[in-house]
Amino acid sequence: MEYILEMTGIRKEFPGVLALDNVDLKIRPGTVHALMGENGAGKSTLMKVLMGIYNSDAGSIKLRNREVEIPNTYSALKLGISMIHQELSPVLYMSVSENVWLGREPQTPIGFIDHKKMHSDTASLMADLNMKINPDEKMIALSVAQRQMVEIAKAISYDSDLIIMDEPTSAITEKEVEHLFKIINNLKTKNVSVIYITHKMDEVFFISDEVSVLRDGRYIGTDYTANLDKNKLINMMVGRELNQIFNKEKAEIGDVIMSVENLSCGKHFSGVSFDLRKGEILGIAGLMGAGRSEVIETIFGVREKTSGKIEINGKTAEISHPMDAVKNKMALLTEDRKLSGLYLMLTVRENMEIASITSYINNLFINHRRVTQDCLDQVEKLAIKTPSLNQVINNLSGGNQQKVLISRWLMTYPDILLLDEPTRGIDVGAKAEIHKLMTNLAKQGKAVIMISSELPEILGMSDRIIVMHEGRLAGELSREEADQEKILMLASGETLEKRGESNG
Amino acid sequence: MAERKLNRKQMPREMSILLILLGICLLFEILGWFIVGQSFLFNPRRLFLMILQVAVIGTIAIGVTQIIITGGIDLSTGSVVALVAVVSASFAQASNATRPFFADMPQLPFIVPVLIGLGVGGLCGFINGFLVAKTGIPPFIATLGMMVSARGFAQLYTEGKPVSMLNDSYTFWGAGVMPVVIYLAMAVIAHILLTQTKYGKYVYAIGGNETAAVVSGINVAKYKILIYTYAGILAGLAGIVLSARVNSGQASMGVMFELDAIASAVIGGTSLTGGIGRIPGTIIGSLVLGVVKSGFIFLGVNAYVQEIIKGIIIIGAVVLDVMRNKKQRQ
Repeated sequence: MEYILEMTGIRKEFPGVLALDNVDLKIRPGTVHALMGENGAGKSTLMKVLMGIYNSDAGSIKLRNREVEIPNTYSALKLGISMIHQELSPVLYMSVSENVWLGREPQTPIGFIDHKKMHSDTASLMADLNMKINPDEKMIALSVAQRQMVEIAKAISYDSDLIIMDEPTSAITEKEVEHLFKIINNLKTKNVSVIYITHKMDEVFFISDEVSVLRDGRYIGTDYTANLDKNKLINMMVGRELNQIFNKEKAEIGDVIMSVENLSCGKHFSGVSFDLRKGEILGIAGLMGAGRSEVIETIFGVREKTSGKIEINGKTAEISHPMDAVKNKMALLTEDRKLSGLYLMLTVRENMEIASITSYINNLFINHRRVTQDCLDQVEKLAIKTPSLNQVINNLSGGNQQKVLISRWLMTYPDILLLDEPTRGIDVGAKAEIHKLMTNLAKQGKAVIMISSELPEILGMSDRIIVMHEGRLAGELSREEADQEKILMLASGETLEKRGESNG
Repeated sequence: MAERKLNRKQMPREMSILLILLGICLLFEILGWFIVGQSFLFNPRRLFLMILQVAVIGTIAIGVTQIIITGGIDLSTGSVVALVAVVSASFAQASNATRPFFADMPQLPFIVPVLIGLGVGGLCGFINGFLVAKTGIPPFIATLGMMVSARGFAQLYTEGKPVSMLNDSYTFWGAGVMPVVIYLAMAVIAHILLTQTKYGKYVYAIGGNETAAVVSGINVAKYKILIYTYAGILAGLAGIVLSARVNSGQASMGVMFELDAIASAVIGGTSLTGGIGRIPGTIIGSLVLGVVKSGFIFLGVNAYVQEIIKGIIIIGAVVLDVMRNKKQRQ
């Protein structure tokens, strides 16, 4: 048997997004196969298709040379595929052993759960894997790393011959990673195959035998790890040229308007420092979970900082609530429009006026004429396509919704704009218009921080780029020195010097 | 040893409510001697009446507790009690009933109305579960609809008139201590199901983390339908017991029972966010409500004031629950 698993022509479409387009993946028995790609390349989606969590729209899956249907997770587990999920998924109020055996509890002949067997099976599983975790402990009492180890133990306990590990090391320490690698090597000797998803280059070269790369939902290629080096791999992952033209004109960069010193927020990020200047667009790059959104949410007072200082115009600003941020002339465009930005059932006008409405009050009443005038101004300036201010915003396209959100904040006359994924999920034309708007704002002397997971956007729009890795600043690049490779290196925890050596 | 360790950790949850229950009893005992001049607790008749009332609500609360553990809610139980009461009663009338529901129907053995009643209750629960599991509408809405419709059905069925003069083999199920016996039997069965079987584990798993249940290969929709159906059957059983006890089925029965059942579960430590709750706690919760009601009547407290204080107790219990959860998260 050359391959244990052959996925061919897998296609998965979500409303408005083609997540997987004709993707292939072939796994040899007894090997570790790394699955690589940028955020949103479709790795997790492909694995969810394999686990029966999503059903694909087209394509076939062959397991041990036999065509199989995987309509739900139960059938995937039955077929001998198990998965360590990226998002931890324990039942917190249940014990370790209850979590491990969830869905396949051992039973006594009369149909009761065999708690004794469950306990002893868990104990011997933990002993086999050399983990020191009490089977009777409640999950909620364990540390995040311990919970992750329980998830790993659970996936292995299915005795599957194919185990998917979706970023298994995102929550564990160096020592536990070593431990996991020992376990994986042990699995290989038992002819178990592992599909290993990670963003950490070191791990790929240390543990994997083969690498497959996805990009923008498409299959790019597969090669033996031995044939690759970091640069080749990154080229495969990034691939595309900077062919997009960005509406970027250099604005005059002025004085420092905000400086962030040693800002920390619990376990999300720590020791983040940077300056922001008037007329500047500062890009924040990094992988998912690196703490980018958390940083600007903390600056805006959505999250409480645990330490650090924010200075605005040279004066310390106490920001413990978004209201304080607004007073300091900041505006935040959140990552998820629908979740934390838009009032979908309300009109364009209502969505626009909400942040600035108090400034239109004179003598107790709202001056509706002035509000209307200003809203119409915004519609015109930002070229928002809407039949009227009274249109329900749910009926607008994503790009126009985003413009309405931006107008909402422009009506508060902010000096500092924090934009989290400002062009996610909107079409190319609207994207270009938003980029143009950002350029214009910078020209007016406003300072902009932009988070984006699209490297071309970061490179095309930013005057300066800071890169985050696992809650810390990994490096800072000027517009001139930045390129995709450098950003990806920093984002995956490499240092640029190292790369220089391997080149040299 | 494993069991003991788990129990030791869980005990305080129910112990604290048990202590509150004992405290309330003691308070009524003392007030009783001062105000009414007699004992509250040492009066077998009063206690028996109280237990009888608790039995009906308690039977409903057993099912509602399980639904709340899954993170759902059931507002329909009071109406289901009424619907089952009138439907079962219509098949259980004595042959000499003055106003027979079905003319010329011979007296049926008790098993017929009982099975029909349980079937109607189960069907209501099944519809609730189906709506929740398959259409994805919130349990609050699904069961609110059932609450209104089932009551309407009961009224339509009886045209608003009581169905009375039931035969002896049927009323047996509501006579004497039978309601209490049935209640305890249901409680024991449910407790064993929840603690010793797969069914129970899945109830907790669905409420604790539905995604975890799904990725562990559990058919969540099937279990949700099962749980709501089970709760419907228990509400139906309460309807049968109630109609048997008062020898009549009426469309106006069971008003607000759903809220007392939910309150019992919540006072007993079941968390409205799901994943947490136990039958012994719910039993104590039902007893708290029962004792408070009985005690107020004993002291001659105004009925309206009773309602006010009951409301305060329910809110107090939830505040306690929220504070406990916060502490646990820290």
